[in-house]
Amino acid sequence: MSDLRDLYQEVILDHNKSPRNFRELPAADRHAHGDNPLCGDVVTIYVGLDDDTLREVTFQGSGCAISQASASMMTDAVRGKTVAEARALVGQFRILLTEDGGPGAGLEDPAALGKLAVFSGVKDYPMRVKCATLAWHTLAAALEGRQEPVSTES
Amino acid sequence: MSLATSKAVAHAFDVEAVRAEFPGLHQEVHGSPLVYLENAATTQKPRAVIAAVERFYLRDTSNIHRGVHTLAERATATYEGARRTVARFLGAAAPEEVVFTRGTTEAINLVARSFVRPRLAPGDEVLVTWMEHHANIVPWQIVCGEAGATLRALPIDDRGVLDLDALDRALERGGERVRLVALGHISNALGTVNPVREVARRAHARGVPVLVDGAQAVPHMPVDVAALGCDFYAFSSHKVFGPSGIGVLWGRPEHLVGMPPMLGGGDMIRSVSFEGTTYADPPNRFEAGTPNIEGAAGLAAALDFLAGLDREAVRVHEEALVAHAAEELGRIPGVTLVGTAPERAAIVSFTVRGIHPHDVGTMLDGRGIAIRAGHHCAQPVMQRFGLPATARASFALYNTHGEVEALAAAVRHAQGVFGV
Repeated sequence: MSDLRDLYQEVILDHNKSPRNFRELPAADRHAHGDNPLCGDVVTIYVGLDDDTLREVTFQGSGCAISQASASMMTDAVRGKTVAEARALVGQFRILLTEDGGPGAGLEDPAALGKLAVFSGVKDYPMRVKCATLAWHTLAAALEGRQEPVSTES
Repeated sequence: MSLATSKAVAHAFDVEAVRAEFPGLHQEVHGSPLVYLENAATTQKPRAVIAAVERFYLRDTSNIHRGVHTLAERATATYEGARRTVARFLGAAAPEEVVFTRGTTEAINLVARSFVRPRLAPGDEVLVTWMEHHANIVPWQIVCGEAGATLRALPIDDRGVLDLDALDRALERGGERVRLVALGHISNALGTVNPVREVARRAHARGVPVLVDGAQAVPHMPVDVAALGCDFYAFSSHKVFGPSGIGVLWGRPEHLVGMPPMLGGGDMIRSVSFEGTTYADPPNRFEAGTPNIEGAAGLAAALDFLAGLDREAVRVHEEALVAHAAEELGRIPGVTLVGTAPERAAIVSFTVRGIHPHDVGTMLDGRGIAIRAGHHCAQPVMQRFGLPATARASFALYNTHGEVEALAAAVRHAQGVFGV
C-alpha cells in the first residue's frame, strides 16, 4: 500500500495547514493572478520591491495541498532575493519538477533549492506537477509585470 | 414490496458472480485490490463485450451496407442487429428511431444542430437545468449564440432538486419562444434523478419538445422512452459497460424525418450528382462515413448482458450501496455530502474539511480506490453550491458493501495523514 509520504511530506502538509505569508499586500509593486482551469486552483502573488530586491512576497488563493504548500514555501524562499535570483530559482524549481533523471538532475545547484527539494516527489505524479508550478509561473509573470492572468493551459 | 420478497430479490443478485464477469476489476493498484468507484466517468467491461469486439476483429471485419460478400453481410448484420438491440432496450417502436453517434455529446450536438438550430429565431429560448453536464449546456449555447436566442437555466434547491414551478413559470413566460427543454435523467455531479416524465408532460402541454441526457441513467435503471414521453434520449456506450466511441440518439420518427444531416459523406445518401444529392432516410442520414461497427457489436453485447440480469435486483443492490456510502461518509466528522435529493442514484459527491478534493483523490488512489475529484464537467452546479470541486464516488452493479467500507476507511486515513 502506497502511503504517499513521498508526495505528501510533513513539511508540505504543514504549509498546507498553516500557509505562510497568506495575505493580500495592498502596497504591492507587482502582482499577478494565476489559475489552473482543469482543477480550479487559483493563486494571486503579491511582491513588494526595494529597488531590485524582493522585500516581501505574499499570496492568496485556494487549491490542493501541493499548490498551497508550493505557494507558501515559495514566498519564504524568494524573500530577500534579487529579481534575477528569484527568476533563476523559478527556473530551478521547474527543472526539479519536470526533468527526468532523479533528484538534482539538470539542476545547477541542488543545494540552492533547500527545503523546496521536498517537491521532488511530485515528479512521479504527472497530474500534480501543474499544481506545484502554478505559483512559480505566477511569480514569474508578476516579476515581468505581465498583466494578463497566468493559466496552466495556455 | 413485502420483506420476504425484498429478501428474495436481494438474494437473487449475486454480486460476486457479476464481478467474475469483469476481468478489469481483478487487479491491484499500489498494492491494494482495485476499488473502482469511477463509474460515472466510465465503466469496466464484461467478458461478453470484450468477446463481441474480439469476434468482430477475428472473424467479421468488413465494411457495412455495400459489400456483397459474406464478411460484409456479417458486419452489416452485426451493426443493424445492434440497432435492433438498442431499440428493444429503450422501448423504441422501430430500429429506425435509433441513430448511432460517437456518444452522448455528439447525440446532443446533432439535435442542437439539426433539430433546434433551424427552428431558432432571435429571442427564442432553450431551457436546461442548473445541474447539467457541459455536454448538455455548450451545444445549446453555440446554437443560441448563432441565432440570437437565449439559453435559460432552471434553478435547483439546496438538495439538488429541480424546481418544477420554475419550469412552469419559464414555459409560461417564454410561450412559443421556448423551442426545447433539455435535461439530464440523472445528474452526474449530484446523483439527482430528475422527474423527466413530469417535465415532458408539462413541456408537451405547451408544445415544447424535450431532450433527455441519459448518460448516467441507462446503466442504473430500465429506460422506456415511450413511457418517459420525451422526444429525444441520448446515452453513451462506455458508461453502460460497452466500448468507448459509440453512443445513441433515440428520436421520435416525426422529428428525425425532418432533420437535415449534420455531416455529409458516404452511407448517408440516396443518390449523389454534382447537381445535387438526395439524403437517405433516418437513421442513415445521420451516420455519414464508416461507423464504429465493432463498437456497435460491443454495445449490443453490453445491453444484452444488462438485460440478462434481474434489473430490479440490480436497482435494489445499487440503492443499498448509495445509502450505505452516504451513511458511512456522512457520519465522518468534517465530511459534507453534496447533493441530498430524495430521488438519487449511483453517485455520492462529498467534500472533506481541510483536504482539497484532489488530495482526497490522490490519497484514495494510494489505497487502490478510484474516485473522481473536480468539477465533473458541471461547473455551473459547482458554482451553485459555492464549491470549486468535490470528490465523487460513483457506483455500478459490481460494487460491494466491502468497497463502501474501504472508501470510508480511506477517507478517515486521509484525515489522519492531513491532521484534520
